[in-house]
Parts: sequence; structure tokens; C-alpha cells
Amino acid sequence: MKTVFVTVGTTSFDELIESVTSQEATQILSDLGYEKLVLQVGRGSVVPGSDSCGGLFVDAFRFKDSIAGDIRDADLVISHAGAGSCLESLGAGRPLLVVVNDRLMDNHQLELAKQLHADSHLLYCTCSTLTQTLKEMDLSVLAPFLPGRTQNFANFMDQAVGLR
Amino acid sequence: MMAIFWGVISGICFIVLIFSIRLLIVVRTGSECKPGKKGSINMLVVAGSGGHTTEILRLVESLSQAYSPRHYVIADTDKMSEDKIRTLENAKNEVGAEPKFTIHRIPRSREVHQSWSSSVLTTLNALLYSIPLVFRLRPDMVLCNGPGTCVPLCMAGLGLGVLGMKKVLIIYVESICRVETLSLSGKILYHLSDYFFVQWSTLKDKYPRSIYIGRIV
Repeated sequence: MKTVFVTVGTTSFDELIESVTSQEATQILSDLGYEKLVLQVGRGSVVPGSDSCGGLFVDAFRFKDSIAGDIRDADLVISHAGAGSCLESLGAGRPLLVVVNDRLMDNHQLELAKQLHADSHLLYCTCSTLTQTLKEMDLSVLAPFLPGRTQNFANFMDQAVGLR
Repeated sequence: MMAIFWGVISGICFIVLIFSIRLLIVVRTGSECKPGKKGSINMLVVAGSGGHTTEILRLVESLSQAYSPRHYVIADTDKMSEDKIRTLENAKNEVGAEPKFTIHRIPRSREVHQSWSSSVLTTLNALLYSIPLVFRLRPDMVLCNGPGTCVPLCMAGLGLGVLGMKKVLIIYVESICRVETLSLSGKILYHLSDYFFVQWSTLKDKYPRSIYIGRIV
């Protein structure tokens, strides 16, 4: 079943949950062939019921020990700009759309999302442009995010400490 | 009376001067320090919480068995890191061999969003635990990546050097999350570490003393 996974991290982002479960957004997702919407809503006050979203199956929860399984099962991840969620989704090779909370100013976590967007690893929008972005998105332009080269670090250190 | 007063003042100035010169020497001599020549590296690893721990353990994983023993330090409020460390060490260890790692807990020096003034107090408290720990373990190097706990531990490592007991190499790897600005720990340890890694070229441009060899986690 083609699935979208939405995650807001450890805090709340009601505006994102509201936007993604809106009539317009769910219609677009449905048109794109998605059938299921899984929502991690954190401490938010908006917890959609299972029948609230048009043609999509909806599954909402607040927190889990690990969302790795939900990411793996998803065909598209829609996430807040948190570094952990971004890196986990890209590490799992899932197409990622980051929705920035423009009410949170000066958040250093944005640094990473912006850079990863500049390098074409993810799509990037705000709640107000979410439906437009979903309508126009082309996931094939996303570049895979390769794991960092830990071996380069190990080689450097071996030289630095005199093991080699 | 005045003579005693001035005597004490000049005494203090003298001690501060000697201390500063020692600190400068210790910080500047990192590249000459090659503890690996003796065949193994006694390493202290500062694990933070969450993302920090994941990143630092990937770096530890890449290092050879010559980096042994490995002493991990975690914050006493941290529940998750110990499991992650044990999982990594079990994978790293050859079957039947003696485990070559230990785990130590110290009070957290700074919680996220904690104010500057109270951070100073909790960092001093963490320093009280860090000094005896580092003086007992006497590591060849400290590897850290930015949780608040790493500042007092690195200061304790510098203390060993300043007192002439042992030069402890300080290796700092700024988190991949930092693209344009350093973390608070990074800003402090940029001046005090022997090898300071950043993972984005934008930071290398701003901090020329840093080392940039691409993304390493």
C-alpha cells in the first residue's frame, strides 16, 4: 500500500498535521496514488481520527520508541526540519519533503535542512505552500544521500596519533 | 600591610601567567604528540544523547582495535546511550576476547535550553566529577562531538597537560547538523582542541583552523 509518513518530532506542529489532513491535500495525495497516511503528531492537540481523510487510510500516534519502521514502510516522508528525522529518512533512502515551521525563528536545526535542500537531497516548503508543493513535486530529481566516509576519519586519525 | 597585599597580587599574577603559558604550550603541541607509537591508544569517548551518541559511535566503529581500551562517558540522565554502546562493543569485540571498554557516568553539564548562568554552575559541578575520572583513566586522547558534557572532560584532559603529567589529545568532531554555526561546545573547544573537524565547507571557511575532509558520519 503506497504510504505517506508524516512526523513532527518530539514537540508539536499542529499546523502541519492540519495542512496535510486538509481536504485539498488528501485529495492531491490520493490523486498521486497514495492510499495510506501515517501521522506521528507528538504533543500536538490535533489527533486526526481514522476516518477523517477522504479516500486515505489514516493511522495517527503520538510517540514511539523508534520510527525507523514507519520510515522504512513509507513511500514518501513529510517531516519537520529536525536534523534527526531528516537524517533518518535520507539514510533509509526515502524521498523526503521537509515542512518548515515559520513560526519558529532562528532555529539552528534549519541549517541542515536548508543545506540538504540546496544539495537536492530533499524538497522544502512551508505549511502555506504544502499543497502547491505536493501538486508539483517531482521525486525523481532528488539526489541520494550517501553515508559519510567514516573511513576517511579513521585514516586521518591513524596518521595523526602515529599508528601509521 | 601593603607589601603583603602586593606580594599576594603579584604571586597570583605569576601563577596565572605560568598557567597560561603552560596551557598555550599544551594546546600548540598536539601535532607532535604521537601516542600511537607505543602500539595502542587509550581513548576516552564522550557520548551525549540521541543524535550525538549515534554520530560518535559511528566514528568509534570506524577506528581499528588499536584504539583500546575505550572508556565511554555518558550523562547520568541518559537512558539510551548505554544500550547503544553495548550493542556496538559486542559487535566490535572478537568472540571469546575480554571486553576492552568501560562506561562511566557523570552529572550532565548542560541541558538543552538551559541558561548561561546556571550552565556555568552545572559545568563546574560536572568538572568536579570529570577531573578525578580523567586523572585516573589518563587517556591518550579524548574523542567528542559536542554534548555539553564534553567541555569539562576536555578541560580535565588539558589539566593533565598543564600539570605536565600527560599530554591528552583532544579530538572534536562537530555534528553534521552544524552547517553555518558552531555549537556552544564547538566554539569553546575550537581554541582548545588538537584536531577540530567540521563536516561542511561553509564552516571550514569561517573557522580556518578546522579540518574538513568531507562528511565523515
